[in-house]
Amino acid sequence: MGRYVARRLLQMIPVFIGTTLLIFLMVNVLPGDPVRALWGDKPPDPAQVAQLKHDRGLDLPLWQQYLHYMGGLLKGDFGNTIAGNRPVLDEISQAFPVSMRLASMAWTFELIVGITLGVLAGIRRGRFVDNTVTLFTLLVISVPIFVIGLLCQLFFGNELGWITPTVQDSENMGQLAVPAIVLGMVGLAYVARLTRTSIAENRSADYMRTAVAKGLPRQRIVTRHLLRNSLIPVVTYLGTDIGTLMGGAVITEGIFNVTGVGNLLFTALAHREGSVIVGVVTVLVLVYLAASLIVDLLYAVLDPRIRYA
Amino acid sequence: MRGAKSAKWVAIAGVVALTATACGGGDSDSNGSGKVDPKGIVSYANGEPQNALQPSNTMEAYGSVVIDALFTGLVYYDKQGNITYENAESVTPDKANKVWTVKLKPGWKFHNGETVTAKSYVDAWNWAADPANGQQNSSWYRDIVGYDEVHPEKGKAKKKAMSGLKVVDDNTFTITLKNGIPYYAYKLVYKPFFPLPSAALKDPKKYGEAPVGNGPYKFKSWDHKKSIQVTAWSGYKGEDKPKNGGINFKAYTTPQAAYNDLRSDNVDTMPLIPDSELANFKQDFGDRAIEQDFSAINTVNPAFYSKTFKDMDVKVIQGLSMAIDRDTIAKQTFAGTRESASGWVAKGVKGYKAGACGEFCKFNPKKAKQFVEDGGGVPGNKISIQYNADQPHEGWVTAVCNSITKSTGVKCVGDPKTDFQADTEVRDKKQVKAMYRSGWVLDYPFNGNFLADLYGTGVDGNKGGFSDKKFDELTKKADAAKTIDESAELYQKAEESLQKSFPGIPLWYNKTLSAHSKNVKNVVFDQAGDPVLSDIEVFEK
Repeated sequence: MGRYVARRLLQMIPVFIGTTLLIFLMVNVLPGDPVRALWGDKPPDPAQVAQLKHDRGLDLPLWQQYLHYMGGLLKGDFGNTIAGNRPVLDEISQAFPVSMRLASMAWTFELIVGITLGVLAGIRRGRFVDNTVTLFTLLVISVPIFVIGLLCQLFFGNELGWITPTVQDSENMGQLAVPAIVLGMVGLAYVARLTRTSIAENRSADYMRTAVAKGLPRQRIVTRHLLRNSLIPVVTYLGTDIGTLMGGAVITEGIFNVTGVGNLLFTALAHREGSVIVGVVTVLVLVYLAASLIVDLLYAVLDPRIRYA
Repeated sequence: MRGAKSAKWVAIAGVVALTATACGGGDSDSNGSGKVDPKGIVSYANGEPQNALQPSNTMEAYGSVVIDALFTGLVYYDKQGNITYENAESVTPDKANKVWTVKLKPGWKFHNGETVTAKSYVDAWNWAADPANGQQNSSWYRDIVGYDEVHPEKGKAKKKAMSGLKVVDDNTFTITLKNGIPYYAYKLVYKPFFPLPSAALKDPKKYGEAPVGNGPYKFKSWDHKKSIQVTAWSGYKGEDKPKNGGINFKAYTTPQAAYNDLRSDNVDTMPLIPDSELANFKQDFGDRAIEQDFSAINTVNPAFYSKTFKDMDVKVIQGLSMAIDRDTIAKQTFAGTRESASGWVAKGVKGYKAGACGEFCKFNPKKAKQFVEDGGGVPGNKISIQYNADQPHEGWVTAVCNSITKSTGVKCVGDPKTDFQADTEVRDKKQVKAMYRSGWVLDYPFNGNFLADLYGTGVDGNKGGFSDKKFDELTKKADAAKTIDESAELYQKAEESLQKSFPGIPLWYNKTLSAHSKNVKNVVFDQAGDPVLSDIEVFEK
């Protein structure tokens, strides 16, 4: 097990270098010059543009810029933004806690509600509960997230006045509840469906018949035998979904004005703030890698037959 | 003054789209149940400023509105486009309009207690002109003698101070210009001409995060990406003393989010209604909806260097202009919130003259077709209009194209670029295929700002490569005029001459469209689309 973890950790290094390099190159081929962009639609001042480029090291050849960047990264320095010359680390450390809170709330929501719905539907396959869940999840999956978000905002915020239409304080858990539910909605639908199918399949497995024949209580059969064996695909999904929730919340964060990672990434892209984009993506890559490692390790817990050398 | 830079641009969304903003007089107090609380705080939907809060380094809207609250410059202008004196007692030119003497009102102070003197102005300008200090607005000083030594085109400053700036005494200084400009006082409205306290030049970084100004409001706090708070300053000597207790500039990530908050009174006002709400904002807000003139204009401009427009007979461009049904498109695409343009200068500035474009800005499909044919048609019988797809331009571009095709038979398509950055890059590199959409908000309320700065040969704002000797001569004459009024009149002649060379097709004048919450009254925006914050009154809670 220890060796497996070590190997996985070592594997992260090339993945990490590869992704940062790719993103770095991609940002640089985007049309539009970030320094020029500071002037908007007004004609820029050539002397000032040259000066700013020099100050930010943007007049160096690309490979030197990359080496500089990676060198800084090893020392924990993510570089500075082009506009305003603020440390990128500040921006990241401001946005990540917000997104982490939002994502973990959304994730908990989809985990609990999703699995519950899935189990209910799986056990009562073909019955009323099952049909309702199937219909509901179909609806959620087919309606784009921004429609759900805007509807929630208009209905609960502007019409009923239960919540403020946008999040006034991105660090307030109560205000993040509705955006978190909206964000977790799609994941919830997938979790419910995955659980349902898996449960429905395993219900007729041999070990289930044995468990029933042994006269175990129903509660125990469902949680210890059925659920545990059915969760492997669900766990895989939930694991990778952490990363998606962290970085993919652009739309939800935009609608509810949450100043998280999605938002940061979006504005950085619009302003061609290369160092911010690479910095955020770097952290996101780390989150993904960590999440998938945890998922792999969890397999062994769920199914002892899976062992890592 | 040629190629002066425009006053501001609204971060991502803004002026780029020229999605009209501002204001108007939705100041009926019909909602006001209660009394006005002079200590009440107004919340304003804003965004995170691009740069540190230094006047000479702020050109986009999010930072501009904060700087305007914290600082008061020498002069401003009224609704008729006439100069009003703020921190200056007088700004007077010599006979040739070359040497300008500025006299300050005595006794003004910065928020930290330092007295505002002639030196506060001169030092701040000299500091900002030095490229080493990285101030984006530094080219605004280019009219002043000695600017080129402080700010050479390449490399480091050769001198630390512009020889054209002289402190006479504590309350007097002179500005010597390279060439006489009759309307130079208008330029002094703009932010790079604000004063700075001496400590700000010693530690610019600290003062950029916590600016100390001489304006109606005093800086309180800046919580990055969340809010900037300023409070009314009791020591203020200007006319526009705040009628409220302070402003909370809330950072919003999208105009839509701000709009939804405005609807439920969580924010008091916002600079621009998002395009998606144009059709219903009047219904949503009733008499709290604001619609006001805003001195900005939308055009589509031919790229005169492109294959399509090189050597084209001007008749064809005139024909294309007559082929556009401006009124109908304004009604359908913009829900009636824009007004058809009849010239190249926006409404509300000094020297604006209705109908400067003559019959060529009136829809006349028959004549349009005739003109295009007489002019020899368009190469390949096809044109395109370039726009940035990250803003809602597609709708009106398509409508304009359809109108052109229907009237003249010339095929017309939109040429979208992914976003504004890509769009400007193509324009800067002079690679536009045929025409591009353009918009201009006033820098200062004078018609020359919409003419010489946009269509003069070789000026920075002239992206289409337009060049007309006669026009250049006329603007030169206007710049050499004795008085502002004379100059404005001569510029009107220059504008009229554009009928014969047609540098761009005027489409619409913008309007400021906004609204305010039930918590406040008296929300008005100025001609540049900026809110007049000190006038807003807050109801007691």
